Amino acid sequence: MSALQKMMGWIDDRFPLTATYKAHLSEYYAPKNFNFWYFFGSLALLVLVIQIVTGIFLTMNYKPDAELAFTSVEYIMRDVDWGWLIRYMHSTGASMFFVVVYLHMFRGLMYGSYRKPRELIWIFGVLIYLALMAEAFLGYLLPWGQMSFWGAQVIVNLFAAVPFIGEDLSIWIRGDYVISDATLNRFFAFHVIALPLVLIALVAVHLVALHEVGSNNPDGVEIKKKKDANGIPLDGIPFHPYYTVKDIVGVIVFLMVFSAILFFAPEMGGYFLEAANFVPADPLKTPEHIAPLWYFTPFYAILRAVPPLFGSQFPGVVAMGLSIVFLFFLPWLDRSKVKSIRYRGPIYKIMLALFIVSFIGLGYLGLLPSTPVATIFAQVFSVIYFLFFLLMPWYTSIDKTKPEPERVTG
Amino acid sequence: MKRLKNFLFLLAAAPVAAFAAGATVHLDKAPVNLTDHDSLQRGARMFVNYCLNCHSAGSMRYSRLQDIGLTEDQIKDNLLFAGEKPGETMKVGMTKADGKAWFGATPPDLSVIARSRGADWLYTYLRSFYRDDTRATGWNNTVFDKVGMPHVMWTLQGEMAPVHKKVGEHEVIERLELVKPGSVTLAEYDAMVGDLVNYLVWMGEPAQVQRKQLGVIVLIFLAVFFVVAYYLKKEFWKDIH
Repeated sequence: MSALQKMMGWIDDRFPLTATYKAHLSEYYAPKNFNFWYFFGSLALLVLVIQIVTGIFLTMNYKPDAELAFTSVEYIMRDVDWGWLIRYMHSTGASMFFVVVYLHMFRGLMYGSYRKPRELIWIFGVLIYLALMAEAFLGYLLPWGQMSFWGAQVIVNLFAAVPFIGEDLSIWIRGDYVISDATLNRFFAFHVIALPLVLIALVAVHLVALHEVGSNNPDGVEIKKKKDANGIPLDGIPFHPYYTVKDIVGVIVFLMVFSAILFFAPEMGGYFLEAANFVPADPLKTPEHIAPLWYFTPFYAILRAVPPLFGSQFPGVVAMGLSIVFLFFLPWLDRSKVKSIRYRGPIYKIMLALFIVSFIGLGYLGLLPSTPVATIFAQVFSVIYFLFFLLMPWYTSIDKTKPEPERVTG
Repeated sequence: MKRLKNFLFLLAAAPVAAFAAGATVHLDKAPVNLTDHDSLQRGARMFVNYCLNCHSAGSMRYSRLQDIGLTEDQIKDNLLFAGEKPGETMKVGMTKADGKAWFGATPPDLSVIARSRGADWLYTYLRSFYRDDTRATGWNNTVFDKVGMPHVMWTLQGEMAPVHKKVGEHEVIERLELVKPGSVTLAEYDAMVGDLVNYLVWMGEPAQVQRKQLGVIVLIFLAVFFVVAYYLKKEFWKDIH
């Protein structure tokens, strides 16, 4: 026995290193027919790591103080060695996290990855998405620009719309009557430690649940139903080395897109870094137009589409909340006999297309100032968004599906 | 199907409806060229002479001007007037309270002004001051109505006066016209403002030239890495059918 084997044996007697490696990499059998859409899970993990590592380095020079925060970011951009690179990685990473996660979720919708037995994977995933939104919202206050300040003001004020306890609730969140130094300090604390811990824990359980039941695939058939004499799925291949080498290709292509933005258009035309956020926060000067960052705008548009009731924005806030709550119930709303869009009937395909168009349409409208015409569009899109979920039990059960194949089709 | 068609029509009409909402001032294109060190140096001199009396650039160190080709001695001899050290940031003596009392609003710090306003806005704004005796400073601006800032560079540009035209009931300013020439021609003034705006864009992010250069190297590296990774994947996957 070599020294290395001896050492591994010593560790394995005390910690399941080899067993874990086998269970999650070398003997985790993934379907062999993953396509383009299956890159985004590993890419989301990559962006999470980028955000954590760059975040650590930003924290070394950032000052969570209303007097110093804005200048400290510029200090990072100018006087810290490679500070501009670290900061742009973090700001680009924030938006790219949502790009990757939205594509990852769309994959789930297309191939029915949320269906039995993967309901918990989906629920953990939606929780990750929620935590990610909270993390992004909290982080956006930190540069302490005008959009940081007023965006936070608008969102925290949504809590004030809750009947009876709203005012107290919003003051409790801010720690003050307006967004202030107290708010900045607590948002910083939540952004750098509380939410990252939650995110990492959720990602861990998301993966544990995935590796327990195994990955879905573009055909939506269970590869575990057909196994060889050794109990290995006939259509499964070990994650390592097959998907590690494949994911590296995906990672490089992703990094090329990421770098193209980071090095040549870090503001991304004002969508990743807003022009108004290069003006320091001023509580006395409300910007003409307050828009949240692009990844929140679909929900912001839903919020604005719902008319106030007795002068209260609460119905809009409820609608916005419901638009995410519905995601949790997806596994039970879908009654189709098949999982994958490949074998679904035309009704589901049309509904999914309408849903995506509505989501993007809402996202676009959420960027614009509210006008009567825009509001009508936002209302139409919001109704479609909700009908996708509410009518799902009906249209998925009447839809004409094609028979699923026995094995994956490559 | 008809419903779908109506829906698609609505979708196509959405951007049109949205863009019809707001009309904005026409902005001239600023001549930005960050590799033109002569222009950036002229702009830096303009900035120090004309802007840096009321406006600070609190995140910008004088020494960073070495990035646009100035030596430390040149910076000391030409740009430092009040005993500042090259390592210091561009501060002003005027307090915030004084600024507010004198101009109605504290003159903003200009470190990242090009990033919040945009080069074209700055280029147009600095060329759009006109005489307006109803204003306390005697100046107004077609890009920024009722602006608190007076026309600091009027000795260069001279005095402009508005030419009005009627649009329906309202009188609007059609264009500005030179009524009292300054020390340079309007074309020369435009070039000077061009240099200044070029400098402001550079100062908004001094690392941006280096950023783009590094970006090219990173993308070339990734392209090479992609080829290697692609064939590695192909080699591993050749048995999978």
